[in-house]
Amino acid sequence: MNFTLKIWRQANRTAKGHFVDYQVSDIEPDMSFLEMLDVLNEHLVLKGEDPVFFDHDCREGICGACSLFINGRPHGKGEGTTTCQLYMRRFKDGETIVVEPFRAKAFPVIKDLTVDRSAFDQIIQAGGYVSCHTGGVPDGNAILVPKEDADMAMDAASCIGCGACVAACKNASAMLFVAAKVSQLALLPQGKVEAQRRAQAMVAKMDELGFGNCTNTYACQAVCPKRISVSHIARLNRQFLTGKIVRPWKKED
Amino acid sequence: MEEKLQSKIPSGPISEKWTNYKDTQRLINPANKRRLDVIVVGTGLAGASAAATLGELGFNVKVFCIQDSPRRAHSIAAQGGINAAKNYQNDGDSVRRLFEDTVKGGDYRAREANVYRLAEISNNIIDQCVAQGVPFARDYAGMLANRSFGGAQVSRTFYAKGQTGQQLLLGAYGALSKEIHKGTVKLFTRREMLDLVLVEGRARGIIARNLETGDIERHAAHAVVLATGGYGNVFFLSTNAMASNGSAAWRCYKKGAFFANPCFTQIHPTCIPVHGDFQSKLTLMSESLRNDGRIWVPKRKEDVERIRKGELRPIDIPEADRDYYLERRYPAFGNLVPRDVASRAAKERCDAGFGVNGAGLAVYLDFAEAINRLGAKVVEARYGNLFEMYQNIVAENPYETPMMIYPAVHYTMGGLWVDYELQSTVPGLFVAGEANFSDHGANRLGASALMQGLADGYFILPYTLQNYLSDQIREPRISIESAEFEAAECKVRDEIEALLSVKGKETVDSFHRRLGHVMWEYVGMAREKSGLLKAIDLIADLRKEFHQNVLIPNAFGVNVELEKALRVSDFMELGELIARDALQREESCGGHFRVEHQTADGEALRDDEHFNFVAAYEWQGENETPCLYKETLDFESVELKQRNYK
Repeated sequence: MNFTLKIWRQANRTAKGHFVDYQVSDIEPDMSFLEMLDVLNEHLVLKGEDPVFFDHDCREGICGACSLFINGRPHGKGEGTTTCQLYMRRFKDGETIVVEPFRAKAFPVIKDLTVDRSAFDQIIQAGGYVSCHTGGVPDGNAILVPKEDADMAMDAASCIGCGACVAACKNASAMLFVAAKVSQLALLPQGKVEAQRRAQAMVAKMDELGFGNCTNTYACQAVCPKRISVSHIARLNRQFLTGKIVRPWKKED
Repeated sequence: MEEKLQSKIPSGPISEKWTNYKDTQRLINPANKRRLDVIVVGTGLAGASAAATLGELGFNVKVFCIQDSPRRAHSIAAQGGINAAKNYQNDGDSVRRLFEDTVKGGDYRAREANVYRLAEISNNIIDQCVAQGVPFARDYAGMLANRSFGGAQVSRTFYAKGQTGQQLLLGAYGALSKEIHKGTVKLFTRREMLDLVLVEGRARGIIARNLETGDIERHAAHAVVLATGGYGNVFFLSTNAMASNGSAAWRCYKKGAFFANPCFTQIHPTCIPVHGDFQSKLTLMSESLRNDGRIWVPKRKEDVERIRKGELRPIDIPEADRDYYLERRYPAFGNLVPRDVASRAAKERCDAGFGVNGAGLAVYLDFAEAINRLGAKVVEARYGNLFEMYQNIVAENPYETPMMIYPAVHYTMGGLWVDYELQSTVPGLFVAGEANFSDHGANRLGASALMQGLADGYFILPYTLQNYLSDQIREPRISIESAEFEAAECKVRDEIEALLSVKGKETVDSFHRRLGHVMWEYVGMAREKSGLLKAIDLIADLRKEFHQNVLIPNAFGVNVELEKALRVSDFMELGELIARDALQREESCGGHFRVEHQTADGEALRDDEHFNFVAAYEWQGENETPCLYKETLDFESVELKQRNYK
């Protein structure tokens, strides 16, 4: 298969970026999208040019590193998959493919197709955990958890932190990301104790970092490689609002 | 000379050793802890849990990861589960059983006292993770669920769908994030450790490269914890992540840390087969699939031929014409034999000409019987995400046709030598998780890597590191301006300069692929003397060629080709050491199979009289043969036996 690639090239955080056209040929349908980019990069290196920089690591759809915006969609057209699990057989021979980085104010471009997603780490640091320390905890079966709750918590917890939800949202909101963590921990008795406080702290951090608001377009759910449901956003809203009334949280807390 | 290898195993009966240790280790008061700095390299299960717990205790921690976020370390990709001796299933499990299974699974090449401690701690890990909000699978009573894994006759594996590693890592990442928020831990992302700095014989810091800016940085501390994972990518194709590498450990080796049992590498039996030269990595299909999947190849060569030509589908082959070879050869454990046994059995069938894909390098993993017995819904609930992943990659539906699988490099049991305290031969350098050699002997059982990583980080290092640091409380903050830091940084800069100035004609990946071919061919699943000698020569030639002809673009800041070149350069040296160790070990044990040493029916044949030891190598200088030290393994609690899964 042959393709024309229009790839966003940007030298560093402050440089102005632009699209550059590349031709790739003899691509096999069983190659992943990233393996196709490997082929391109090998050619660029042999020609003495700077290879295209993109984040990737596990290449099995779980680390959340890969983050390409392909033909106008985060992770391309594969449903419920990451870029690394998108295979070239999904494209038409001869197609032109536009490849951009995830774009959001809170995700500045580092170089080419790689963005800085440390804002997600900062949101988690603000409260996306159970505040227990190591040791001194009860037996694993001491507190029973209804299977349905555990399963729902697992669905939310499968978030890989890739940021596709932010890239797809017209407001660049991180609501689905925040909701996934808040909902997971609110569903479990171990996390429920500080659920309202957690919701407020994480939302405040999200706002502070320049993510937008949620206007319920559900674009995030449509592109989420782990198919995380927007219903978790409803659970986030409930924790957030009841918290505001019952246990208001202040940054100094 | 073996006095260099003091394992420091505490006295007393095996079940009391760890308790005795904890009762007598030295403590540090909170005010002094604040004055002590610890560097943790790596944020997988071992690194993240260690950094978080050391931060909680009050130490000043700096943690480094190669990815853009600690949450992406490759522990995230572990699928199947984590073992613990809870005996929640009332099926006869106990600490003693988990200990024995692990020693036996490792083919009696692990240190008994370490393994016992691991089994003891396993239960605390489950409790800890539940408290963190890890959404383990549960039954309708709300209790934790279990499944079975290879090498055990009890159900002791706890799991979170097929994403157990992800959930445990996110639990540890949460704990780490909590400490970062409190300010006890400082996080450095996109950093790669390029050297260990020793001051007066103690590990006192690291040299790291900032992968975004290209800056070479110095970081100092009173102690260094290495939790940088295994070196499976020496084979180029493996189930490891792209950035997983052995350089941090290798550079510590060159600074005096002994490297133990490098030839103990694990080939996982159930991976998606290789499907082209362009392939960048292999994908694992979890061992948990062997709970319900049955492994087979056709009995008749004619059927194999017709399958390869596409004239016959596997579902067309009647039961009577299928060879469920694991069930045939190992009736007691069946499809749940340990990984090394299952991998070799697959290779044996494929070498005999029964492989079912075009290349003849695949066997079937079939769920038809399970779907009949349980219904597709139950199978989907158990393995849905794995089936989806398989379908996505291979474009075949495993609900309708059996999966095709083949063994692939997955894990490395070898690693830096550590004593009972997880301290290497360099004082102040501690090694945790896959990066050390300690608990899995010659073969790791499924669901034991997660257990070990978290045991090391949450429950062992916080005690042993404190013991080490207790006499360091008068030591002021370590300066990065010393001659030792200067020298280490210069060496790293020179090395980078040398690589960039080669300006050759071949890419780093091309060299890596060639190294991988040599390793897989001669140092893979079956090893023999002539092949190992050949591999050592081939690698030496390849190394020479690499340093004369590698092509790395000279770029400011981000330079991925340079990152890879530094790793591949180390992989070549490490590959040679693996081959040397495999050559030296004239026996078959666990994942190390020497063709010359097998029983009449093709099982691994150990030689306890001559090889009942840990092989620990000391670096002697560039291009010098390393010095081999032997730590004899004393088995006081378990009886040395030929493994038998029949």
